[in-house]
Amino acid sequence: MGILLRELRIHGRGGQGSVTAAELIATAAFKSGVYSQAFPAFGVERRGAPVQAFVRFSDEKIRLRSQIYEPDYIVVQDSSLIADINVFGGMKEGGIALVNTEKDTVPGVPPGIKLIIIDATSVALEVLGLPITNTTLMGAFAAATGEIELPALEEALRERFAGSLAEKNIAAARRAYEMVRGDA
Amino acid sequence: MLQIMEGSHAIAEAVRLCRPEVVSAYPITPQTHIVERLAEMVADGDLNAEYICVESEFSALSACLGASAAGSRVYSATSSQGLILMAEVVFNVAGMRQPIIMSIANRALGAPLSIWNDQQDSIALRDSGWFQLYGEDVQEMTDQHFIAYKAAERHDILLPGFVCFDGFILSHTYEPVDIPNQEDIDAYLPKYVPYNMLDAKDPISMGMYATPEYYHEFRYEIDQAMMRSAAALSEAGKEFGEIFGRDYSEHVVPYRMDDADVAFVAMGSICGTIKDAIDEMRTDGIKVGLVKIRTYRPFPEKEIAKALGGVSAVAVLEKNVSIGSAMKGAVGPEILHALNGTGIGVYSYVAGLGGRDIRKKDIRAMADLAAQGKGNMFYGLREEVL
Repeated sequence: MGILLRELRIHGRGGQGSVTAAELIATAAFKSGVYSQAFPAFGVERRGAPVQAFVRFSDEKIRLRSQIYEPDYIVVQDSSLIADINVFGGMKEGGIALVNTEKDTVPGVPPGIKLIIIDATSVALEVLGLPITNTTLMGAFAAATGEIELPALEEALRERFAGSLAEKNIAAARRAYEMVRGDA
Repeated sequence: MLQIMEGSHAIAEAVRLCRPEVVSAYPITPQTHIVERLAEMVADGDLNAEYICVESEFSALSACLGASAAGSRVYSATSSQGLILMAEVVFNVAGMRQPIIMSIANRALGAPLSIWNDQQDSIALRDSGWFQLYGEDVQEMTDQHFIAYKAAERHDILLPGFVCFDGFILSHTYEPVDIPNQEDIDAYLPKYVPYNMLDAKDPISMGMYATPEYYHEFRYEIDQAMMRSAAALSEAGKEFGEIFGRDYSEHVVPYRMDDADVAFVAMGSICGTIKDAIDEMRTDGIKVGLVKIRTYRPFPEKEIAKALGGVSAVAVLEKNVSIGSAMKGAVGPEILHALNGTGIGVYSYVAGLGGRDIRKKDIRAMADLAAQGKGNMFYGLREEVL
């Protein structure tokens, strides 16, 4: 039933791994003991184009299949999107917005929304050597919302990536997890 | 045990467990990850099948037809324009009574070009002689593959089948699913025993010329087999339930129908959204229910009539359009026929074409329209672009 359902909308640009992020967050949530569902907004897939991906979390089997219009959580992989599209659109009162930016402030955050800022690009560059922020933001999401447990996320990352790539991504996720936990 | 995976990968796992001897598919758009994963399984030695690479969907199903005629269990998958390109072979497979199972990730047809979901592709091949199953979620669409093979290969059936599921909405969704183990599937679905097959030592011909003295009866026999397949699918679904705990003996599945005034009829993933919308409407005192169609061909007319008895109006949610028809959707007229003489109002709502999202509020609006006796229409038209 609706009351148990929590919804996440991920905003990114084509090539930033938003769909992978949704899949891995759903996988980690399932491994953390809840039902989950991840699916992309089936847009025109071009590098750099705005993309969305969705995750639902519930204590019961999830039947709803529509896109997510009133999210409890949003993750914004690229803060330049905020000028182009209403990433905060429909967010529930008390919702959490996790935004990747190197700035201290984010414009346009509606009242009643908890904003968490993380410079995921710097973390990713430092730990992965690449500005690919999705796994970093997964760690931040785990800390910000409690929807997924860090060991479950690590297991999901190890299943998706091989060897040292998995370990690097885990390190990035952990770093972000600790940064957000320190803030919270 | 539940595990989480993409819908397409869950189907690939199911197909692997069915031990097809030949897989042929065209790997490029419109296609899903199903055949990509099967190709990996064959390359890795996890699936002992011949994977035939081809240059088109027409060739893919032609290769499957030949392999099936030679006595193999055969699998393919396609979608949208790919299925339509296959159309000639689709009819031939049914006419030659080859029990090929094909996954259809339902997607719209061009023009205009659309990569997105609706059910126009499989509905367009409604009359081809393949049975058609529709899955609501990843678990159901995965399980339906086992049931499809078991029913199709019976010597009193020998018909091919589509297992249909909404493209993207289910094919690309990650969600929990239970994948059976090989030992149990081997017991449920033994090796395929062909009724007859091409054999150089004992030559026969298939799909030969039929003069007007014979053609009529051939078509009759296909129809008779299709009607028998209702029981075969039901039995296969019941036996599956006895082993795996998920029963698929019913061709239609009612949801909160006991005292419903308005009933939805729908196929595929939208049934989940409808159920959530029904729960909300029920909280508001609106008596709404759903009759989900799992088996569209053979059409379960008696079961539908029974499930819908007692309602005042039926809203048929159609992810297809029968262009130029009175009701607009292809399913509505068959529901109307099932309820002939009851006085129950039946209204089709064409919705979700080309990937247009259908939300709970849309379901509520359709229930309201049906209660007012309005329907047989394209729902939710954007008047400003007409």
